[in-house]
Formats: sequence, structure tokens, C-alpha cells
Amino acid sequence: MGLPRPDELISNVNLKKMPSKWWMDTLPVEFKPGYYCYGAKGKNLEYVGFPNARDFHVTDEDWKLPEDWKNIVLEGIKQRLERFRSFHVFMDICVRCGACADKCHFFIGTGDPKNMPVLRAELLRSVYRKYFTAGGKLFGRKGGSRELDINVLKELWYYFYQCTECRRCSLYCPYGIDTAEITIIARELLNLLGLNTDWISGPVANCYRTGNHLGIEPHTMKSTLEFMCNDIEEITGIKIDPPINKKGAEILFVTPSGDLFADPGIYNAMGYMMLFHEIGLDYTWSTFASEGGNFGFFTSLEMAKRLHTKIYEEAKRLKVKWILGGECGHMWRVWHQFHNTWYGPVDFLEEPVSPITGTKFENAKSNKIVHISEFTADLIRHGVLKFDKSRNDNLIVTFHDSCNPSRGMGLFEEPRYIIRNVCNHFYEMPDETIREQTFCCGGGSGLNAGEIMELRMRGGFPRANAVRYVHEKFGVNMLANICAIDRATLPPLMDYWVPGVRVSGVTELVANAMIMKGEKERTMNLRMEPLPGKEEQ
Amino acid sequence: MGIGLAFIIVLGLILFAYIGTELLGLKGLFAVFFPYLALVIFLIGFIRRVVKWGKSPVPFRIPTTAGQQFSLPWIKYSKIDNPVTGWGVALRMFFEIAFFRSLFRNTKAEIMNGRLYVGSNKWLWIGALAFHYSFLIILIRHLRFFMAQTPNCISIIDSVDSFWQIGLPMLYMTDIIIAAAALYLLGRRIFNPQVKYISLPSDYFPLFLILGIVATGILMRYFSRVDITAIKELTLGLAYLKPTIPDGVGTLFYIHLFLVSVLFAYFPFSKLMHMGGVFLSPTRNLANNNRMERHVNPWDYPVKHRHYEEYENEFREKMKKAGIPVEKE
Repeated sequence: MGLPRPDELISNVNLKKMPSKWWMDTLPVEFKPGYYCYGAKGKNLEYVGFPNARDFHVTDEDWKLPEDWKNIVLEGIKQRLERFRSFHVFMDICVRCGACADKCHFFIGTGDPKNMPVLRAELLRSVYRKYFTAGGKLFGRKGGSRELDINVLKELWYYFYQCTECRRCSLYCPYGIDTAEITIIARELLNLLGLNTDWISGPVANCYRTGNHLGIEPHTMKSTLEFMCNDIEEITGIKIDPPINKKGAEILFVTPSGDLFADPGIYNAMGYMMLFHEIGLDYTWSTFASEGGNFGFFTSLEMAKRLHTKIYEEAKRLKVKWILGGECGHMWRVWHQFHNTWYGPVDFLEEPVSPITGTKFENAKSNKIVHISEFTADLIRHGVLKFDKSRNDNLIVTFHDSCNPSRGMGLFEEPRYIIRNVCNHFYEMPDETIREQTFCCGGGSGLNAGEIMELRMRGGFPRANAVRYVHEKFGVNMLANICAIDRATLPPLMDYWVPGVRVSGVTELVANAMIMKGEKERTMNLRMEPLPGKEEQ
Repeated sequence: MGIGLAFIIVLGLILFAYIGTELLGLKGLFAVFFPYLALVIFLIGFIRRVVKWGKSPVPFRIPTTAGQQFSLPWIKYSKIDNPVTGWGVALRMFFEIAFFRSLFRNTKAEIMNGRLYVGSNKWLWIGALAFHYSFLIILIRHLRFFMAQTPNCISIIDSVDSFWQIGLPMLYMTDIIIAAAALYLLGRRIFNPQVKYISLPSDYFPLFLILGIVATGILMRYFSRVDITAIKELTLGLAYLKPTIPDGVGTLFYIHLFLVSVLFAYFPFSKLMHMGGVFLSPTRNLANNNRMERHVNPWDYPVKHRHYEEYENEFREKMKKAGIPVEKE
């Protein structure tokens, strides 16, 4: 994929120049390579029973839709208006004040007005007005409404797969209109017609079959963990035997499968195992609940529920007391705001208590799932862990707040507390780009596909720009985060915009600095690079 | 798009009221029928819309969290921006509705020389606050037209609003502020390219309508002196359901009243319903405590999912070979 040079990529973006044609007059939409994901494969849709399963090619004139596709969509809208107050209210009350316009990373990176959250919503709202409001029926285009036809449908598809459901716009909206909610529903509608992407539907099918997005089968998962433990032994001299599908363990640990697969996620997975070993935690991995992430969430809420159910089922089968969750973004949105509603009441588990410190996790007393950052911060606070912070002295760290734990949960202090305790050099990015105002990595909600690298580099530009600022000012060279998608999307983003900055999970930093009982003198970090001061050996 | 159209419609409404009262003398229609009709449409329409929203359930607890969560006891959490209690939610809603807290966060993004700059931008917040509060005060001030005895509180608001006195008649600050704020809001739609691009006729129309109401009101008060006693007789008649049409009420007043009637009647069918909707917004009016207290989805239904048994059946041999415990040997 021939991407333009970074300085060229953004030079043609002008946020103040809008097209001469009004937005309703720009159809049909042009499918720009690098901006859209490949269509879903029929076999993946079929495997989980999605409607209209067939190989879907985005640029084909004929999308092979069912005869009555229009009715399906309109019925779908009607049903969702009746089911979601959010959707119903959000369709009605936008005043188009424009406060959200320049909050979207995709608008900032592309300058395409239809990436302004307000206009993204208007794409669907215009259809809603036409079929569900008096004004829209009476006044047509002048009333801001339009007929649903194939070109409108294609436009909906194009732009609702250019939203990462990061909710940054909803923070600034005076009425709390949440584009993520609208995108979720728009994608549900599109999925009624089998209009999914390959990058999302593939992992969904995998996850249904093997329990995780990557399709890792149980024996492979075991050997992967053992392989990591070999590395841990080489680095620390400590032999860890990872507990897998162990019945009667106290805690079930679930993390996104991305951490089992690729650099730098694997270092985080090593970090989890080192941490649990050090504190003597009675836990288990599950090969079936081997995915905390949920690409089903990017297709329909029903699919999300179908995939997530296995986690509580496994907790029940393995007879654990509670669940501990690793670092992941949308997994925590699902766990924090949806899963308890789908599956609860979770009365077969116990209210989570740290077996090490005795801390009761009040905030998780109903769903019985604790975030690893909450868990680790509590350990550190109680002085359970010993650190040699100097092992991280070659790292000048900044922290990227992942969208979902930020605006769908509010997990800000816990990871920062951890980082400050394990690193000597930590600098924040500017206020407007962190915490609840954080910018997306550009690849959330199933948009981390390789074929949309241009869109990702554009969408990730605001985040990268803030990293570049601290890179130049403080020499930041490590971008820490608590999200598996971040660990997959930020490395290419950094290589493109801010070369020299690498990406790491927070637990990797913890494990690097943690002094383990009985460890040999450490000379390498988890990446098997020499520790600062040990370069000569 | 549609600024011209919206302007022409409002001009047409003014002309309609002028012809109707001045030329055709249909004063009863404009002084009694339209105002009552508008009020009825407003009340029924508003309630119907809110009931319709209310009938759609809230299946999930999805607050947009704008501050630190409640978690460990030694971490200070953000009680207003990320509430876990009903009181916290009430405070969050209060700040949202009374002070437009979300809009206060507004920033402006600009790209210069390939770099992104994000800075604070409070103009829209100031403009919106000025507009809504002056509107509210004017509305309250107008209540004196609908009560035989002006209550003290309204007199006080009146005198505070006009303390900045320049000659006679007393000048209301809110008259100036609302005109300026409405012009600012209109100006954004004309000169800010992003806002211009997203604007619809239904965005310009209420602005022109309100500007028309403000203009006729200001004209009546400061320039073309109207018979205030006659007007009060008319408005009191409306309020006490004994409508009369006194002599000496000028056309300007009928235009003013008609535009107000149109605004009321238009309200429930338009974006102006944000006034009611903001109270029902699930990203703002829910506590962020779904891990502490389960939220129930009234239309939840069982879904087909994969059971462990099927999983083990597919992978049992591989699991056994790898030494992973299985349920069935």
C-alpha cells in the first residue's frame, strides 16, 4: 500500500473548506481505496447464522441484497426506535450546533464533512425523518429527509464503517448524543443485509468456534503460554507453569487473544503470568473463554451477547469465585456497561475480594469482574510488590487513554498510579488529548484492518500529533496503554508519524520492574533487550 | 442550505399576520384562535413526544463517563462527571441543564503546517447560555401580561433586568442580549463553514422566527409606542379564558403574537424538542454503576451461543493430547 509521506498526507486536509455540493447531492459515494474494509466472506456469516450470507464485494455494483432489503432496513429502524430510547431521542433532538464537528479524529484526519459526527448521524437521521416523522414526509429534502435507496445504503455502509465508536463526540454534545450508539444501531441494520466486513466477521466466526478472535485452538493456546513461560524463565530464572482450565481455581483470568499472539501484546501476557506467579494467585486461564474482546459488538448487540456469554459459563463450569480481566478497550465497555445486563444476576460467583490484600472490590460487587489495573493498583498500594524502577529507566513513558475505558468507564487514575510506581520517567500528553478527552488510535471497533491503513493513519493523526509533542518536548519513547487493539494499531501509527516511539501494555512495564522472589539477576527486559546499564554484558 | 427559504417563510408569516389583521381585520383569529390553537398543539405535541420517547425503554446503562470512576477507596472519583449515585446523576443533570456543562468543554481543532492544535473555545457556550437565559427571563417577564396582579418575584426580575437604565422607557438588558445572541447563533451558521454545511432550513427557521419575535417586541417597546393597557386587557382575557379584543392594539402586536403562536405550534415537531430530550438522554442521566447494580433490559431475550460441550466435542482429542483437562474422557 503506497501511503503518501506523513507531511503530504495531512497537507491537503482543510477543516474549513467544505465541498461546493450539498451533502445530499454527492451520491453515489466514491469507495476510496484505503478507506473501506473488504467485504465479509459468506462462510463466516453463515457460520454464526447472519442473514444474507454470501461473499460480499464492496465495489461490486450489485450487492446481492434480498429483494425486500428496503423493508428490512425500515422495519429494523422501527424496531430499534421502540427498543432504544437512546436511538429514538438521538434521532430527534440534534440541533446541529456543530460542537461535535471537529472532535472526531476521522474528520480531523480526512477533512471529509461526512466524518463530522453530526453529519454521520444525519446520514441515517435523514432516512428516519423520511419514514418516521411528519416534517420529513411533508417537506422532503427541505425537511432534511431523503428516500432510502441503494446509493444511500452504500453511503451508510461506507461512513458507519469509518467510525470507531470512541464516543469522543458524545462528551462534547450538549445533549449527550452518542455517535457510538448510532453507529452500533446503523451497523445492526447493515448486518440485517449481510453487509459486514471481512475483518470483523472473520474474528466473529473464529470467536464463536474456538472462543477467540484469532482462532487459537486449545492446544495451541497452551503451547503459546508455555512458550512465553520459557522466555520468562530465560529472563528471570523462574519457571512458571500456567494453569489452564483448572477447576476450582479462585479466579478466572480473561484477556483479549491479541495478547497471546503478537508483539507487543505477548509481553503483556508474560507480564500477567509473572505477576500472578509472584503473588501466588490461585487462578486459571480458560481455552474456551480465551477472548475478552468482542468483535460481535461491532456487528450487533445480539452477536455481542452470543460471544460474551461463554465467559460467565466458563466461570460457572470451572467453579471460580470471580473473574479478573486483562487490559482491553472495548472488552471493558462490554463488561462494564452490557454484560451484567445480558447475563445477570451473576449469583453463582462471589463478590470479588483480593486474596492478597483483602480489598473488597465494591465497584464490581454485582458483575464480579475486576480490571487488572484496579487489581494491580491495589497490590501496589498495599506494598505487596517490590520494584526496581531503574529497569525501566531507558523508557520515557506517556500514557494513551483508550477510548472505551475512558468514556465508557472512567478508568484514569489506576493505570497512572501503576506507571508512576514502576517507571521513573512519565509525562502526560496535553490535557485536551488525554483522559475523557482522549483521541482514538484510529483503528477501534473493528477498523484495525490492513487495507484501510490510510484511513487509520489519518484517524490516528490527532493521537500521534499529541505523542509527537511529548516526544519532542520530553523525549518520550514509550506509549503505554491498556488496550489490545491499541497494542496492534499504535505501533504502525507511531512508525508512520513519530518514529522512535514504541508501544507497551502497562502490565509489561510492571513485570519489567517487579523484583520476583528467587529471580536471577536480570539483564534483559521482557523483550529480551538489555536492561539499562546491562548493555555491555 | 435553506437560509433563504427559512427567511422567506418567516417574512411570509409576518405578511400573513399583517394582511390578516390590518387589511382583513381578522383580529379574533389572530388574537384568540391562533394563540389558543398554538398552545393546545404545543401542550399535546410536547407531551405526546415525551411519552413516545418514554415508551422506548433504556435497555443498557450507557453513561458517557467524563471523569474518574468510583473504584478503590483511596482514589478520588468524580462525583458529578462520573456519578454512581442518584444524587450524583441529579447534580450532573443540573449542571448540564443549568450551565451547559458539556458545551463548556468545547474545544477547537485546527491544523497548521501539518500539526494539530486543540484549544479551548467557549464562544458557543457563552452564546448559547446568553441566548437561553435571556429567553427564559423574557418569558418570565411576560408573565405580568397574564396576571392581573404582578407577583413580586416578577417585578424583581423586571427591575434587575432593567437596572441599566437609559432614559425612558427602561431598557431591558435581556432584549439586547437575546438579539445579540440570536444574531451570533445565526452568524455561526452563515460564516462557520462546518456549521453552514450541516445546517438545514429547520435550523435557520426558528432563529429567524425568534429574531422576528425579538424585533417586533423591541419595536413595540422602544420605538413604536403601543397601547400597553389595551394589550394587557387582551392577554389577561386569554389567560382567564375570557378573550376580548380591545381597540387600539396595533398590528405590530398581532404580528408579535402570531410569531409566538407559530413558535409554540412548531416546537413539538422540531429540534426545539431538545428542551425535553436532554432530560431523557441515557448518556447523561444514568449512574455509572453497572458493575455494582445490575441494570435490567426489559426486552432481553435468550440468544443462541456456543456451549462448552460443543467446544470440547470439537477439540477433545487435541485437548487430551496437550494435557488440558476435559469433562468427558
